[in-house]
Amino acid sequence: MPITVEIIGPGVSNKIFKKVFDYFRYVDKKFSTYKKNSEISLINSGKLKLSDASPDMQKIFSLAEQTKQETDGYFNITHPSGKIDPSGLVKGWAIHNAAGIIKQAEFHNFYIDAGGDIEACGKNDKGQDWVVGIRNPFNFRQIVKAIVIDNQGVATSGNYERGQHIYNPVAMTEAVNDVVSLTVVGPNIYEVDRFATAAFAMGRQGINFIESLRGFEGYLIDKDGIATLTSGFEEYCLE
Amino acid sequence: MNKYLLSVGVIIAFVVYALNQPTKTAVLPIENSSQTTTESSSNPSISYKDGEYTGSNADATYGNVQVKAVISGGKITDVQFLDYPKDRDNSLEISNQSMPILKSEAIKAQTAEVDIVSGATQTSEAFKQSLQAALSQAQG
Repeated sequence: MPITVEIIGPGVSNKIFKKVFDYFRYVDKKFSTYKKNSEISLINSGKLKLSDASPDMQKIFSLAEQTKQETDGYFNITHPSGKIDPSGLVKGWAIHNAAGIIKQAEFHNFYIDAGGDIEACGKNDKGQDWVVGIRNPFNFRQIVKAIVIDNQGVATSGNYERGQHIYNPVAMTEAVNDVVSLTVVGPNIYEVDRFATAAFAMGRQGINFIESLRGFEGYLIDKDGIATLTSGFEEYCLE
Repeated sequence: MNKYLLSVGVIIAFVVYALNQPTKTAVLPIENSSQTTTESSSNPSISYKDGEYTGSNADATYGNVQVKAVISGGKITDVQFLDYPKDRDNSLEISNQSMPILKSEAIKAQTAEVDIVSGATQTSEAFKQSLQAALSQAQG
């Protein structure tokens, strides 16, 4: 997953970038379910008990439990197979922590983009608020909305392939989710990422869930290219 | 009355045909980029054996994705989802009674200059993984 960090201002050196990327490497090493000896893999294989795990691991498990309750069970790090994969939570958490590292180094104009999950603070190199485009799920080269953010997070959950009807409609039964993309903007990337993931799993109801959260706005795109906006979303829009 | 039924039948047949076309053709570009011209036989080195091949169950973060590729006449004729993220697609106990009716609009391309782009690819990555696993079995 590509991670982009842009920091604006005098005094920006490689030192701060190294610090940020070292942090992401630390998180990946600990939480990657693809690494056999990561801490999360040791927990999944029964070689490590949660009570003996690192404070960061215990923190993520407790945040996951809290999120599960706040989303009525729609956010769940335990997959049907029994495997525990907290990456849906870890990503936003790590981006938000990395933003904290940059702020601590006294830089206040920057953004971090990890695979389309974004936290942005301050201004861009033109002295203007950061502008985030929402990708067209049907055409990767297009954006369908431009939103202006300041000290906020933006995350998009989606399933572009299903939206394009590449599956067999008969085999999908009634559980078909016709939402292809759900973007959430809110106070920080940790909060928007976990709620975007949970709201996407709710199908069409997801946009109502976002509407019910104070301080969060959402933009849902369905398989027919029709978008539904929460009541305050347009305040973020550039056009 | 018979005429009416016949025309309905023709319309349904057309709709079924129309719906099926993009389903098949849309699959081909996904399956790889080096072989998108397979149908015009500019890349004859890869051919698939007829049959049905099931891909690996790939992790899509909020569920698993598993596809089955159906090969007929050496070409992919269908790709079916055997598994997809659905374990939380249950009814949602959120009261909508006080919800305002939310605004809808057709999406359209914007020309605004942006600094960053937000989008998601998780499930599509898992789809590609599973499809590739199915196709590697089909290669002769």
